[in-house]
Amino acid sequence: MEQKIAVKVDDLTVAYNYKPVLWDIDLEIPEGVLMAIVGPNGAGKSTLIKSILGILKPIAGSVTIYDKPYEKQRQLVAYVPQKGSVDWDFPTTALDVVTMGTYGSLGWIKRPGQKEKKAALEALEKVGMLPFKSRQISQLSGGQQQRIFLARALVQNASIYFMDEPFQGVDATTEIAIINILKELRKAGKTVIVVHHDLQTVPEYFDWVTFLNVKKIATGPVKDIFNDDNLTKTYGINYKVSIQE
Amino acid sequence: MDITEYVSLVFTDYTLRTITLGTAVLGAVTGMLGSFAVLRKQSLLGDAISHAALPGIAIAFLITGTKDSNVLLLGALVSGLVGTFWIRGIISKTHLKSDTALGLILSLFFGFGMLLLTFIQKQPNANQAGLDKYLFGQAATLLERDVWMMTIVTSICLFVLLLLWKEFKILLFDADYTKTLGFNTKFIDILITSFIVLAIVLGLQTVGVVLMSAMLLAPAAAARQWTNSLSVMVFLAAIFGAFSGVFGTAISASQNNLSTGPVIVIVAGIFVLISFVFSPSRGLLFKQIRFIKNRRDLELHKTLAFMYHIADTHDNISHPHTIKILNNFQGYTKSTLQKLVRKNYVKLNGNNWSLTEEGFKTASNLYNQQNENNE
Repeated sequence: MEQKIAVKVDDLTVAYNYKPVLWDIDLEIPEGVLMAIVGPNGAGKSTLIKSILGILKPIAGSVTIYDKPYEKQRQLVAYVPQKGSVDWDFPTTALDVVTMGTYGSLGWIKRPGQKEKKAALEALEKVGMLPFKSRQISQLSGGQQQRIFLARALVQNASIYFMDEPFQGVDATTEIAIINILKELRKAGKTVIVVHHDLQTVPEYFDWVTFLNVKKIATGPVKDIFNDDNLTKTYGINYKVSIQE
Repeated sequence: MDITEYVSLVFTDYTLRTITLGTAVLGAVTGMLGSFAVLRKQSLLGDAISHAALPGIAIAFLITGTKDSNVLLLGALVSGLVGTFWIRGIISKTHLKSDTALGLILSLFFGFGMLLLTFIQKQPNANQAGLDKYLFGQAATLLERDVWMMTIVTSICLFVLLLLWKEFKILLFDADYTKTLGFNTKFIDILITSFIVLAIVLGLQTVGVVLMSAMLLAPAAAARQWTNSLSVMVFLAAIFGAFSGVFGTAISASQNNLSTGPVIVIVAGIFVLISFVFSPSRGLLFKQIRFIKNRRDLELHKTLAFMYHIADTHDNISHPHTIKILNNFQGYTKSTLQKLVRKNYVKLNGNNWSLTEEGFKTASNLYNQQNENNE
C-alpha cells in the first residue's frame, strides 16, 4: 500500500557560527502518522521544526509538503510553539489567541468575523477551555495555556501539525486530554509531528519516532526502531527500555 | 487666572492654542506607538532613537546653515533611522543582546551629537543658540505648520493601525507563529519601527532628545494598568498622552519659569503613578485591599478548620461546644463567629457553638482545589 509522503526534508543543515545544530537531515514523514522527535538537550529538535517552518534559516536543504515547496503549502501546516516562547502577560483573552489561528486564512487587512469567532469557540470547546474564553491569558495555568495553543492550531484545519514539547510542564489531566486530541487527529488522517521530551511515553503515545542528535540517527515505526540500540546511539549512554505491547 | 479664563485663552491666543494642540497630538501619537514599543519589550528603543537623532540635527545645521525646524528635523530623521538600522544590525550580526545594542547606539550617537554641538558653539558666526533647544525641547517655538505636520502623521499612523490591526497584534504576541501563517513579519516590523522613529522626530521640538522616551513609555505603562484588552490599552495610552500634553502646557503657561517639555513629562509620570496605585485590577491600593480581605478569609478558614477538628472527634458533628475552647486559638474573634453563622456553617446557642452539616462539609473540603469558593 502506497503511503503518501506528507513532509519531505532533504539535506537540511543549520549552523550558528560554524557550529552545526542540524547536520544533513533527510526525513520522509508519511501521511497520517503520529510521530515523536526525541533526542538529548541541544540535539536540534526545536531547530528542526523551526527550520522546516521557515522561522529559522538553514544554510542548506529543502522542505516539501506533499511534493510542493513549503512556502506554497502554508495553509496545510499548523504550528504549536513552546509555551515559553511567548509573553503571557500580553493584554488579550483566551478566545482572542485562538482566533489568531484564523488570521492566516483571512490574509492581510481582513478582520475576523462571525465565522471565525464560531470556529474559535468550537476549538476552545474541543480542548475543554470554553469556560475560560474571556480569561486574560496571564491568569491561565501552564496546562491551560498549552491547550489554548493547541486550540489555535486546530482552528487552522491543517493537514499537518508541528508541536514543540506540548507536554512540558503540564498536569496529568491536560496531558491525557492533549494526547487524545492528537490521536483523534491521526484517526482523521492528519499528520502530527511532536518534539517530545519524555522517552517513557513514546511507545504509548506515538506510532512513529525520529531519533535526533544533530544528525538523524533513525526514523521509522516505533515498533521497529524504538530499541536499545538506537537509544544508545542517540543518547550516548546505555539505555534499557522495555516496550509494553 | 482660573479655568474658564484659561480655556478661553486657549481658543483665542495663537501661541497657546498652537502649543496645546501640538502637545496634545504629540501625546496621542506617542501614546499609541509607545504601547507597541512597551509590549515588544523595546521600551528603551525610543530613548536610543531620540538620542541618536542629535547628531543629525547638528549635521543638518552644518550643511545647510539654517535653523529651520523642517530641515533640522529631517536631519534628525535620517540620523534616527541610521541609528535604528545599526541597532538591528548589532543585534542580528553579533552576540550582543538588545539592551547592549540600544545602550551603545544611544551613547555613541549622543556623544557625537554633543561633540558637534559644542563645535558649532565655538564657530564665530554660527549663532548656535537655538540648536540646544532640541535637548530639552522648547514648546513655545511650535508653529501652526508644525502642528499640521504632527496631525497628518498621526492620522496616517492611525489609518495604518486600524488597517493592519490584527497583523500588529499577532506580531506583537507571537512573532514565530505569525511567520508560519505566511505574513511578512519583517514588513510589519519595519512599519512599526518607522512610525516610532517618525513620532520621536516630531516630538523633539516639544520635549527634546533627552526626555522623549518618557512620552513613549509613560502613557502606555499607565494604560496597561487599567485594561486587559490591547485596543483599550492603545486608546487609553493615546488619551493619557494627549492629556499630559494639554495639562503640561496649561501648568507651564500659568507659571513663569517652568519649561513646557519637562512639565509634560512630569504630568505623564503622575498619570503612571496614579495608575500604579489606583487601578482596580493591578493597582497597589486594591491589591492591598484584596490582600487584607484574603487574610480575613484565611482566618475564617482557620477557625472553621479548628472547629472541624474538634467536631470530627464526635459521632454527632453538631455536638455543641463552649465558645471558650476557641479562646486558645488566635483566629477566633466575635466577627469571625458572626460571619460563620451568617454563612450557615455554625450555629450559636448561648455560650456554645456547633457545626452545621454544611459547615462540616465545607470545612472538610477547605484546602481542596475542588472548592467552589476559590478558583
